[in-house]
Amino acid sequence: MTDPNRSGAVPHLVVIGAGPAGLAASVAAAACGVRVTLVDSAGEAGGQFYRRPAPGLRARRPQALHHQWRTWERLKDGLDRYVRAGCVRHLTEHHVWCVERRGEPDRGFTVHALLGPEQEGAAEVRADAVLLATGGYEKVLPFPGWTLPGVVSAGGAQAMLKGALVVSGRTAVVAGTGPLLLPVATGLAAAGVEIAALVESADPKAFVRQSRALAAQPGKVAEGAGYAARLLRHRARLLARHTIVEAHGTERLEAVTVAALDASGRVRPGSERRVPCDTLAVGHGMLPHTDLADTLGCRLDGPAVHVDDEQRTDVPGVWAAGETTGIGGSALSLAEGHIAGCSAAARLRGTEPDPGAWAAAARVRARLRAFSAALDSVYAPPVHWTEQVTDDTVVCRCEEVTGGAIREAVAELGAGDPRTVKLLTRAGMGWCQGRMCGPAVAGLAGCELAPSRRPFARPVPLGILARAGEMDHQ
Amino acid sequence: MRTPLELADAQPGPAFTVTLDDREIEVLPGRTVAAALWAAGVTSWRSTRGQGRPRGVFCGIGICFDCLVTVNDRPNQRACLVPLRPGDAIRTQEGTGHDD
Amino acid sequence: MSKRLTCNVVVVGAGMVGAACALYAGRAGLDVILVDRGPVAGGTTGAGEGNLLVSDKEPGPELDLALLSGRLWGELAQEFGEAVEYESKGGVVVASSPDGLAALERFAQGQRAAGVVAEPVAGDGLYDLEPHLAPGLPGAVHYPQDAQVMPALAAAHLLRASGARLLTGHTVTDVLRAPDGAVRGVRTDKGDIHAPAVINAAGTWGGELAALAGVRLPVLPRRGFVLVTEPLPRRVRHKVYAADYVADVASDSAALQTSPVVEGTAAGPILIGASRERVGFDRTFSLPVVRALAAGATRLFPFLERVRAMRSYLGFRPYLPDHLPAVGTDPRVPGLYHACGHEGAGIGLATGTAHLIAQTLTAKTPDLDLTPFRPDRFAAEAM
Repeated sequence: MTDPNRSGAVPHLVVIGAGPAGLAASVAAAACGVRVTLVDSAGEAGGQFYRRPAPGLRARRPQALHHQWRTWERLKDGLDRYVRAGCVRHLTEHHVWCVERRGEPDRGFTVHALLGPEQEGAAEVRADAVLLATGGYEKVLPFPGWTLPGVVSAGGAQAMLKGALVVSGRTAVVAGTGPLLLPVATGLAAAGVEIAALVESADPKAFVRQSRALAAQPGKVAEGAGYAARLLRHRARLLARHTIVEAHGTERLEAVTVAALDASGRVRPGSERRVPCDTLAVGHGMLPHTDLADTLGCRLDGPAVHVDDEQRTDVPGVWAAGETTGIGGSALSLAEGHIAGCSAAARLRGTEPDPGAWAAAARVRARLRAFSAALDSVYAPPVHWTEQVTDDTVVCRCEEVTGGAIREAVAELGAGDPRTVKLLTRAGMGWCQGRMCGPAVAGLAGCELAPSRRPFARPVPLGILARAGEMDHQ
Repeated sequence: MRTPLELADAQPGPAFTVTLDDREIEVLPGRTVAAALWAAGVTSWRSTRGQGRPRGVFCGIGICFDCLVTVNDRPNQRACLVPLRPGDAIRTQEGTGHDD
Repeated sequence: MSKRLTCNVVVVGAGMVGAACALYAGRAGLDVILVDRGPVAGGTTGAGEGNLLVSDKEPGPELDLALLSGRLWGELAQEFGEAVEYESKGGVVVASSPDGLAALERFAQGQRAAGVVAEPVAGDGLYDLEPHLAPGLPGAVHYPQDAQVMPALAAAHLLRASGARLLTGHTVTDVLRAPDGAVRGVRTDKGDIHAPAVINAAGTWGGELAALAGVRLPVLPRRGFVLVTEPLPRRVRHKVYAADYVADVASDSAALQTSPVVEGTAAGPILIGASRERVGFDRTFSLPVVRALAAGATRLFPFLERVRAMRSYLGFRPYLPDHLPAVGTDPRVPGLYHACGHEGAGIGLATGTAHLIAQTLTAKTPDLDLTPFRPDRFAAEAM
């Protein structure tokens, strides 16, 4: 961090990610008098949660695809106010590929970004401190046929609907596990898609066991109940304790096979049934984006960035908030972003932050972390999901590595962790760098998912890499 | 039956034309390559490097790189991220996306 | 759980050198157990490019070992070729100036006298070999004996074919010795393994294993980064590198050195090396290093400007102060053999090393004089 007592300079915080956490952080930090640059890959603020139709589509009722719209409007108003006042600079379509910690003498950070959807140009932003609000992405576990066109991630179906007002077919099955499935199914149904089934592997009895933790969040439970009620009005079939066994089709999806799960989490023989559909929206929860933090040397706890009560990582000058510190939803992200923004601003100005200033947000954070822990124990993929991965099921979508190849690497070639599985099979070496297959490879190898190191958070043209650090800075 | 455009009460400006290989497609302003292709009933536009299997949108947010496509001779663009402009030329992509 | 196992030879280290030792010892009729605290190819082997090079070596014992190793790799390729992605692609060493070319040609002349095939390539011929090279380069030397394997696959497949018992996830905590000082096996965190011979193929950690046996072997790590591009059709046909690389390989400097080394792979991506720096076991990503790699590679191959780097990884090359490996029996501890310290050449030199070790184990006269590789050659130095 730059010496906060340095005369004349207003300290500069770069916030990476303009979802709920990054927006809350930017507004809070700007309110405390530091200069903020909000860097985001999208053309508009909002992140995945508040993704809205592209302006060109001129949607007059974007809130039809959202809830908590008033929260969004408040956030957006706050951002606009500080942008107009010149306290916050919002850089859109900046895809950050690396945050570099500069050495002596000047210290501080350089945020390296690629520009625009083509990502062929470059920009660099220097900062005294950075706040990582990089969000999360969806985890999808493999099953036979999951690479067929028409099979999309649940979040992907939702993103295409919210951002482009488009769906990929007429009849959808929504499947997997997690709190995202209900809103996705409800949104698709509202947009005219017939929901042939909503297939959730979690056991309703598990909700009862967690009833106390869940009931502590009446608003959240009511939200879920509301989704379910709306979905039932669309005559969708709700199949709890069920799973997708296979997706069928030759050139694109034609049907799925759904089966019931027994008490041990195995497919109950004879329970399989075929459900015709042209879209399968499938997801098994979320994972944090931790690449930038990991490359900066921040400690990770399991798959998430470790932070203290002030949302500081263990690297001086680096804060983190929202899904990157653990999946918990937009309300938790807002609370964490607020705390992080307040803390970063205070410390950049050379003062000790007063936790009393964010006491309300801290209470919300504690409650929602407990709630998401309870949800985590309820929503779980089938215990024996690897049994559905046949030897010829493609597990690594990019490099087309099969379940059989991964099992061979483990059983016969001495691979013992996802890294050596990758080396021996190429699983995780492709374009997505293992983001899609990571959980599956770890599961098939019998290991915990450990985030693999990705020094480049996005592919970067070598010509840009060769000149990184040479740009003029404002 | 309600459409997504109706749900959000979208009143987009007039559609424009782009090409997908040799055919023309009408595109609403603001839509990405992936959205335009879905709206035109196309769900795959790439075949894989190993098995030659068809692929299209999977994650929808630029993470999975399954929707790679060639736009205006630039290979390996993520269809879910790249917005279209009038006259853009989309080409389905095989293998690495680099000819030769 | 504690169990006691017995065999003829314990190999410590499931990297490329350990795997090759297991194969050659097994084929010499010995019963082998291979232990590693991690998985197969979890260390330097999993972080390398798989170079089987003669081109970067000056005449001397290392080049002799490289030539022997190259012949043995050629034999193994008959058996394992595709599974280990063996490619006898050849190397092209490019000079950037007329003076550089003259120096390179002098270097190649010495190599030819030692048995290396080194063909001068004039400016025009260079672009027949590598059409995408930057224009205006004065010339190069073509080394058809240079080859490549995918190192992790090579280690895994050689190991599987060796018939050795593989104990991954076993950490060696001690080298067991008889009252007379001779080796009688190793102790691991999961039990003892008894054998009259122990091979130290622990790579970068070879010095630590030697210390467990009570001897000094000053193996040090030298950090190297590799850049990997998006998959491409075959546009770089050989292993192509700038003539400066040879000077860097032989250098004693602790400072960062980068010289571009560019090659295609069977799987599609292009690999870009090579950086060398002595920073201990620091795993921190270094943007300045990979930036220098990218700059060097795009200078050699301008088309790479728009090609995307997808990832970068780092590894620690184990080196000894005189840049020669330790190969052979350790006169200080009967029954202890060393096969480590190959720096960035361990994949290539693995076969020759393992062959010589197997000959020593079976009391045959080794094909090469092992004197330059003696593990006790540093003993006189201060600890």
